Amino acid sequence: MAQAITDKDGVKRYLITLNVNGDAHTVLVKGNAILTNVLREQLDLTGTKKGCELGDCGSCTVLLDGKPVDSCLVLAIEADGREITTIEGVAENGRLDAIQESMINHAAVQCGYCTPGMVLSAKALLTRNPNPSEQEVREAISGNLCRCTGYVHIVEAVLATAQGRLTPDDH
Amino acid sequence: MYVPDFEYHAPKSVAEACAILAELGDRATVLAGGTDVLHKMKVGKLAPEHLVSLKHLDELREIREEPGRVVIGALASHNQIYNSRLLQRRYLSLSMAAHTMASNQICNLGTVGGNIVNGVPSADLPPILIALNASIRLTSAEGERTMPLEDFFHGSAQTRIKQGEILTEIVIPDQATTGSTYLKFGLRRSGALAVAAAAVSVQVAGDTLHGVRIVLASAAPTVLRVTGAERSLVGRRIDDDLLAEAGYLAAKASSPRDSIRGSAEYRRNLVEVLTKRALRKAIDEGHA
Repeated sequence: MAQAITDKDGVKRYLITLNVNGDAHTVLVKGNAILTNVLREQLDLTGTKKGCELGDCGSCTVLLDGKPVDSCLVLAIEADGREITTIEGVAENGRLDAIQESMINHAAVQCGYCTPGMVLSAKALLTRNPNPSEQEVREAISGNLCRCTGYVHIVEAVLATAQGRLTPDDH
Repeated sequence: MYVPDFEYHAPKSVAEACAILAELGDRATVLAGGTDVLHKMKVGKLAPEHLVSLKHLDELREIREEPGRVVIGALASHNQIYNSRLLQRRYLSLSMAAHTMASNQICNLGTVGGNIVNGVPSADLPPILIALNASIRLTSAEGERTMPLEDFFHGSAQTRIKQGEILTEIVIPDQATTGSTYLKFGLRRSGALAVAAAAVSVQVAGDTLHGVRIVLASAAPTVLRVTGAERSLVGRRIDDDLLAEAGYLAAKASSPRDSIRGSAEYRRNLVEVLTKRALRKAIDEGHA
């Protein structure tokens, strides 16, 4: 159990450790702190977006122990000690991940609000299944809503990444 | 979105969780995957004084085969049920029902136990579990009891769980049935609640149905087993007219409501078609 600290006003907080993008962060949170907010406000990782905040839109998607989840429906304290990947952890050593390169090359980003969640859902899919079908790609990102409706380019970008092509066919 | 404050507990064992729940009574709510509880807290439908998290109870995440049955821990996530080799081999119908449930993100968080205890008539797992004659194990500080899942639901979003009880396991007995299936109609293919759904299990010998269960979702204030439609099939030779008749009887026995997802009339029509199709699929394709 996370260590509990009660301040002079009687407010109880918990000392928890979040392993985010390979770094262990010890943070002090109230029991009702939502993971999205702790990532954004306490760790300054604002790549994780807030949309519906009710688990419908997927803009707050992070990987929890490698699996995509809506961080708006996770209490920070429930993630104590677990591995979290946010969009900030996808590029390595300053180099964009193949999926990110592919999304840029396929013009798969419009307003960009869904993009961090899209990239993480796609990343989790390609880790688990390096050669997905179009149907599998569509299923994997079905919990990430794009209201610019740029799905066609997004799906193409993910499929192209799987096939090792980072630029569109018609270029 | 604001989540009301609460006192947080994270017991290390089922016994400790039961002791905490016994002490707190109706001031406590159990937290499993959080997809329902936190949603309700955010929209102002729930403001528990205490939240008892089951996150440390890893023994309740297991899906295992025992002599005579398959046991599913109540904390198994929808994706665990979808991806379980054991369930895919034995009851693919259940795995696929878990897959139709919600988005990938929700399926990684939400649990089978939560889906049952929540008690809503649109839940995807109870119908197929009842079709497979599953029972549930409920544990409290006073001990343990088992009941058929079918008896657990009554009235709108009402269940027979008692204060202080935790749903710990779902038990599927080895089947005399030869097939089962779950067919759901939602307004989108992903992340949509059932407008109506039908789960069936069948026991086929030669060209005759020896046993059948038909369970409907979103077709009444509670998950609904339609025994009249079942009786019309037992001992009869299988043909399309017989299955259509059972669909008609299932629709007649349902009492769906009008809502933004569909009118009562439309849902009744869906029940008729889905029941007929589910029976045909279970007869032809086994537990698929």
